[in-house]
Amino acid sequence: MSDSILKPSPTAEKAPPAFAAGLWSREIDVRDFIQEHITPYDGDESFLEGPTARTTAIWARLQAMFVEERKKGVLDISQIPSTIIAHEAGYIDRDNEVIVGLQTEAPLKRAIMPNGGFRMVLTSLKTYGYEPDPAVVETFSKYRKTHNEGVFDAYTEAVRRCRSSHVLTGLPDAYGRGRIIGDYRRVALYGVDRLIESKRAEKAALDDAWSTDEIIRDREELSEQIRALAELKVMAAKYGFDISGPATTAKEAVQWLYFGYLAGVKEQNGAAMSLGRVSTFLDIYFERDLASGALTESLAQEIIDDFVIKLRIVRFLRTPEYDDLFSGDPTWVTESIGGLGDDGRALVTKTSFRFLQTLYNLGPAPEPNLTIWYSPRLPEGFRRFTAKVAIDTSSIQFESDEIMRREWGDDGAIACCVSPMRLGHQMQFFGARANLAKCLLYAINGGRDEVSGEQIAPPFEPVQGDDLDFEDVLIRYERMMDWLAGTYVSAMNVIHYMHDKYAYERIEMALHDYAPFRTMAFGIAGMSVVADSLSAIKYAKVKVVRDETGLIVDYLIDGAFPVFGNNDNRVDHLASWLVSTFMEKLRKYPTYRHARHTQSVLTITSNVVYGRNTGNTPDGRRKGDPFAPGANPMHGRDTHGIHASAASVAKIPYRDAEDGISLTTTLVPSGLGRTAEDRITNLTGILDAFFGSTGYHMNINVLNRDTLLDAMEHPENYPSLTIRVSGYAVNFVRLTREQQLDVINRTFHGG
Amino acid sequence: MAEAGQDKAPALEAANEFELRVGLSRQVPEMNIRTGLATGEIGFLHSFTTGSAVDGPGIRLVAWLAGCMFRCRFCHNPDTWTLTNGLPVPFERAVEELRTYANGLKVMGGGLTLSGGEPLMQARFVARLFAAAKAMRVHTAIETNGFYAERLSDEELSNIDLVILDMKGFTPAQHERVTGVVDNARVIAFGERLARLKRPMWLRFVLVPGLTDVPGEMAALADYAAGLGVVQRVEVLPFHQMGAFKWARLGLDYDLEATQPPSAQQVAAAIGVFRAAGLDAC
Repeated sequence: MSDSILKPSPTAEKAPPAFAAGLWSREIDVRDFIQEHITPYDGDESFLEGPTARTTAIWARLQAMFVEERKKGVLDISQIPSTIIAHEAGYIDRDNEVIVGLQTEAPLKRAIMPNGGFRMVLTSLKTYGYEPDPAVVETFSKYRKTHNEGVFDAYTEAVRRCRSSHVLTGLPDAYGRGRIIGDYRRVALYGVDRLIESKRAEKAALDDAWSTDEIIRDREELSEQIRALAELKVMAAKYGFDISGPATTAKEAVQWLYFGYLAGVKEQNGAAMSLGRVSTFLDIYFERDLASGALTESLAQEIIDDFVIKLRIVRFLRTPEYDDLFSGDPTWVTESIGGLGDDGRALVTKTSFRFLQTLYNLGPAPEPNLTIWYSPRLPEGFRRFTAKVAIDTSSIQFESDEIMRREWGDDGAIACCVSPMRLGHQMQFFGARANLAKCLLYAINGGRDEVSGEQIAPPFEPVQGDDLDFEDVLIRYERMMDWLAGTYVSAMNVIHYMHDKYAYERIEMALHDYAPFRTMAFGIAGMSVVADSLSAIKYAKVKVVRDETGLIVDYLIDGAFPVFGNNDNRVDHLASWLVSTFMEKLRKYPTYRHARHTQSVLTITSNVVYGRNTGNTPDGRRKGDPFAPGANPMHGRDTHGIHASAASVAKIPYRDAEDGISLTTTLVPSGLGRTAEDRITNLTGILDAFFGSTGYHMNINVLNRDTLLDAMEHPENYPSLTIRVSGYAVNFVRLTREQQLDVINRTFHGG
Repeated sequence: MAEAGQDKAPALEAANEFELRVGLSRQVPEMNIRTGLATGEIGFLHSFTTGSAVDGPGIRLVAWLAGCMFRCRFCHNPDTWTLTNGLPVPFERAVEELRTYANGLKVMGGGLTLSGGEPLMQARFVARLFAAAKAMRVHTAIETNGFYAERLSDEELSNIDLVILDMKGFTPAQHERVTGVVDNARVIAFGERLARLKRPMWLRFVLVPGLTDVPGEMAALADYAAGLGVVQRVEVLPFHQMGAFKWARLGLDYDLEATQPPSAQQVAAAIGVFRAAGLDAC
């Protein structure tokens, strides 16, 4: 225990030299601070240290709690409606924690956050056998309206029909929307007082603006932000810290930053509560403390390990319906690592490596969702290490620094899985996704649902005759997409109007500039099903099969047709056409707060649920079969190997999918090379090629199918088997059986 | 190029590595086959894949050509023995397909590998395709048993960046026992020719317990390979049973039904034999 920090000290022992002033000290500009003070590192991983005895002990203590939690579903629930200051200080092992702070007063004890939707709280409590606290029930049924209720007061009939038929699924209308990243680094760099001062100035500047709806809302929001920042100081004080001024040491910088994040996850149970891009920022403090001798490498790693332990135990109370869509209890504590600066220097530092090292020191895990901003121009030592970590742990994902930097600058971060944004200057209105395969079936059936037979879209004449005609189907499909896009935008406007009104993210938005750039992030599911279906209609003969009510419920295919995922333009261009066409239609409908329309091709684990609710499709997929995840080719149809498969996905135009295009790839270890060194070289090569062209995102699993089959039979032997699904990672044993089978049925390259 | 549904024309790619493929060019007139072979205008392909990391350096595009003169008892793709089991592919078509991957192959430190079957059964097609690949500056490799190597001129050989020579046995008796062909002098001569031309090569050796794991044979091969001075790597491939079903489906007598894949220790021992001779083996 000698090599350990035993007790957090509220004050620094010795004030380190101040950072040279610059633009960043005159205004709130974290990017400028990083650019001025970064020490890029272009070596390899050989400097890294293993876990200290303290780290191992505290992690072991949590392991026992994880077992209990898995058994019960949740370890415990606090029924105090959560706010930044609602709970007293909590610890895992007070004397041995380096970085402190928990969401409630005990580890893994989940809070209720009723502002997003009280119904979801009640369902969750019931699921886990808790009697709701009558005082809370009274408050939220009598006195306080929630986001969820607001949304349903304003939904149109069309939106309700689309929700219940599942052509629109996963809308954040019953819980926190998430995908907003506070720039938590500001807390460490400036201290809270300076941030409050800056927010007051922003608000004062609005005194001269006429009191329109927009300005009134802005003033109220800024007041809420200032209030939240004051609460942040109170929360830190409960742990014995005064964070009104800037952090002075590396340990303080991590602690300050974490307090900012902790305030966020105490108040919001957003679908994704991402961290941002903190490792290289923090490295500046670590470099200074290492240079002065205040820290050793082992102590530096210990701070990061302890921080990551905290990020691994973020928990939200959720319902079984939610788990069905997004399995494995994800929180998307996404941390963006790497990338290049506008001046061509790599933003890779030793702390970038230290974050990845936690996957060895603490073992593989899905959270935090470590995301590499990859470019073939990054230093070789870092690229090879990321490949090694991917091979060893299947826990990290890769996204194109080249594409994202061009669009969003060199201080961006990923929210959730694949959604890029400028940190502190930009936010998004998250919006789940539309099922475009079902939409195609509606087009064929004149707006009737192929499963229920109900009329969902305004009726028009269904396909006549026995054979599908490509041109005829296309005209119908465009018309149906147009209607669906309008309904979808309308739903999103309602959701985000109400979320701002009833469940505003006070602390996260306090860590943004005033009037951030807003995107409205739509999404699509079923891209490869539709591409293959259109290909079948175009290149083969597709006959329809009707039921007794005239509803088209099945398709008979005669002849061969190209399928998506084999680098064949005949069908790959149909996929691109689909993405661009739906995007064009979305853009026609104005958005709430003038947000820019964006779109993702991402499903997370919901590809299983989308498939379950969708009838037979003209590509031969059977009713109920899962879709491929994200932008993936359909399972087993990409038969030309990973180069061809990735080339197909890389053709999808980013300009029409600015919220991200997700590809999840599984490689068999023996297929990646004959020696460990070969495997690292070869995976680095795959990443260089994909991200050196127009590839956007790649989740990498390096696994054998047999391992997964064995884990299904003997889950107790695989407590930390982590796999990447679309955009995040999960513990394989925590997926539903249906989702496990879906993963196993995917294409394994090199098997 | 991938097709689904009820195929009229067979797809070029196999549904998986061990898909049985027969009679794909049965409808091609014999006359055309002969002309195709003589000119290299047409190649007969069992299948191809991208993203292979185990057929030479880097990530590679691999095409398996149909036709082989050996009848190795451990062969896992006996459907590649017959030329007429391959799909006829015009030379220009193959070049066009290669071109779409050329840039990625370079970035991935990979290239084009022609395998089989025995690719040199179609030496003209192979030579032309390698020349085209080199014109695109794509790295080239061939996996061959070396028996027909004299079909390539020294100049044509210079278009092959890496020869992966599969050696089945060192003594003629052992060679016959494994492949059914007694004359392996040409194989040995090919290795020596590569050494003379200073062309880099890898050696491949399939370890089949009870068939190829003869200590004297392995030692002789190792000595031979070490003496060439151009062998950069030796790969010991453990025998497996994944191709067994093909023998049954093709009505061939398969006498390794009872043979188990070698244990990790057996593989390590075989690798040790090659390493002892000073070779880089894995």
